[in-house]
Amino acid sequence: MSAAARRAGAPRLLEALAPLRRRPSVLLAVTVVAGVTVLALLAPWVAPYDPAAAVGPTQAPSALFPLGTDGAGRDVLSRLLHGARISLAVAAVATLVAATLGTAVGAVAGYAGGRTDALLMRLVDALLALPRILVLIALFALWEGLPLPVLVLLLGAMAWFPLSRLVRAQVRAAASLEYVLAAQALGAGRARVVLRHVLPNVAGAVLVASTLVAGEVIVAEAGLSFFGVGVQPPDASWGSMLDDARGYGFAHWWTALPPGLALALTVMAINHLGDALRDALDPRQLPQP
Amino acid sequence: MAAVVTTLAFFLIQLAPGDPFVWILENPGIDATLRDRLRAQFGLDQPVAVQYVRYLANVARGDFGHSFAMSQPVATVIARALPNTLLLMGTALALSFVLGVGLGVVQAARPGSLPDRASRGLALAFYSVPDFWLAALLLIVFAGWLRWFPPGGDASLFAESLAPWRRALDRAHHLVLPALTLVLVTTAAVSRFQRAALLDTLAEDYVRTAIAKGLSRRAAVLRHALRNALLPVVTLLGLALPALLGGAVFVERVFAWPGMGSLLVNAVTQRDYFLLTGCVLVGSLTVVAGSLLADLLAIAADPRQRRS
Repeated sequence: MSAAARRAGAPRLLEALAPLRRRPSVLLAVTVVAGVTVLALLAPWVAPYDPAAAVGPTQAPSALFPLGTDGAGRDVLSRLLHGARISLAVAAVATLVAATLGTAVGAVAGYAGGRTDALLMRLVDALLALPRILVLIALFALWEGLPLPVLVLLLGAMAWFPLSRLVRAQVRAAASLEYVLAAQALGAGRARVVLRHVLPNVAGAVLVASTLVAGEVIVAEAGLSFFGVGVQPPDASWGSMLDDARGYGFAHWWTALPPGLALALTVMAINHLGDALRDALDPRQLPQP
Repeated sequence: MAAVVTTLAFFLIQLAPGDPFVWILENPGIDATLRDRLRAQFGLDQPVAVQYVRYLANVARGDFGHSFAMSQPVATVIARALPNTLLLMGTALALSFVLGVGLGVVQAARPGSLPDRASRGLALAFYSVPDFWLAALLLIVFAGWLRWFPPGGDASLFAESLAPWRRALDRAHHLVLPALTLVLVTTAAVSRFQRAALLDTLAEDYVRTAIAKGLSRRAAVLRHALRNALLPVVTLLGLALPALLGGAVFVERVFAWPGMGSLLVNAVTQRDYFLLTGCVLVGSLTVVAGSLLADLLAIAADPRQRRS
């Protein structure tokens, strides 16, 4: 997209999103996501204790330990804040990977059509039918102790399938728009047509789908860590905190409640944002009351 | 599809570092040549292509290799665990489709009403809650605090000595919490889907015609719209299976339900390669079989799909 097009595009996007600002539930969702992000970024400064150090005997919440201490005597609040860092960072990068892969495959399939399209979509169908979380657990278990960046890449590489189908459908629709045909008639190359004329048209759909992918990826990472094959100690994510709680037979409710609640609230807020974005960006759908 | 999954499983094993016998090298008391002998005995010294063809042939015969941790064929181990998981998944699937469709109909009948908004909010909550956390909460409240249900496993101690019907009851008692977790999560997804499908159908011309000719809204929803709006939900059945299996695996971990999930945990902690890939393979095949069934159901329900 050229600078001029970007300047023209940005206000239009803001305009499309304007009605959302009047919906209290959307504001709440934005607040939750923003709040969790800020707390995650500031974790080293706002966390009262070292998240990996035992600071006292296992105990229920008190003034000294607002969320209590876990089975190993570590401060739950500090672990929660530092866990947010890991959970959100993993989700953000994995979502970016998934969005890039999904858009690329979807754009190629949708624009090339024919045999390429059939082959790619058959592949995506097959991949969609995989119980993804099982495959990820197996992958991570076989390659013991994968470094975090690889884990993130694999998570993203397993999350793009639904997105690519959506992008493909949108690209196919956009490819027959008149101005795209005009660009082709004027002699623009394939790559140029796709990148400059078709993809900006599907950006909204990608944004909506990525939001939903982000929710899925957060849960997937938590699930893997809950299985003991994701984020490894001394790092803590919300998922591995739950696994720690499970290790003590869920005997201390205050160790199980916060990470799950944080997980659920964040995912709920992200999903709600995705729904709201879809309402705002899809002109066929009227915003719901 | 099955070929894709099998190939994937094979390369999972191949690409994994080491082999089932590396531990021999770490033990100075064992002659290192034993590893080579064992590798030869299990065919691990053959070229990759040969191993691949053998693996395919074995899987086709229902032989998934040998579980080194359990000293049993993987197929035997899985055959013991799979029925438990299928029981859990089947119960959850049946209940949540009935409940989800019903809820979706109630919501779509009066969109925007208080019951619609309240139940939709609740559905969104359960839809967003990670299933393993929901399982943990149910465990803490209903097994830990209230002690209404057992905290885990699939049978009480000495259950074998009970009369058959008492044993079945005992098993059902153990099934409640794991199944409830999956039902809550899946019902939320199904109802969201059913509501949207029904609302789409209600906007169709033939439904408006039916209402215009004097039919009550209730009759229009139940007799005209619902039949067609059920179709996408049948398709969802196939799509929901991978998620449901994933959910079952986690719920089993929380409740120590002795199914595929618990098997997978064992395989993971013991680095039991063949058991691990066998689990993934059987899980994938279950899902494939399920989606095939859903496709057939959809074709049976929709004459338009019979032609293609």
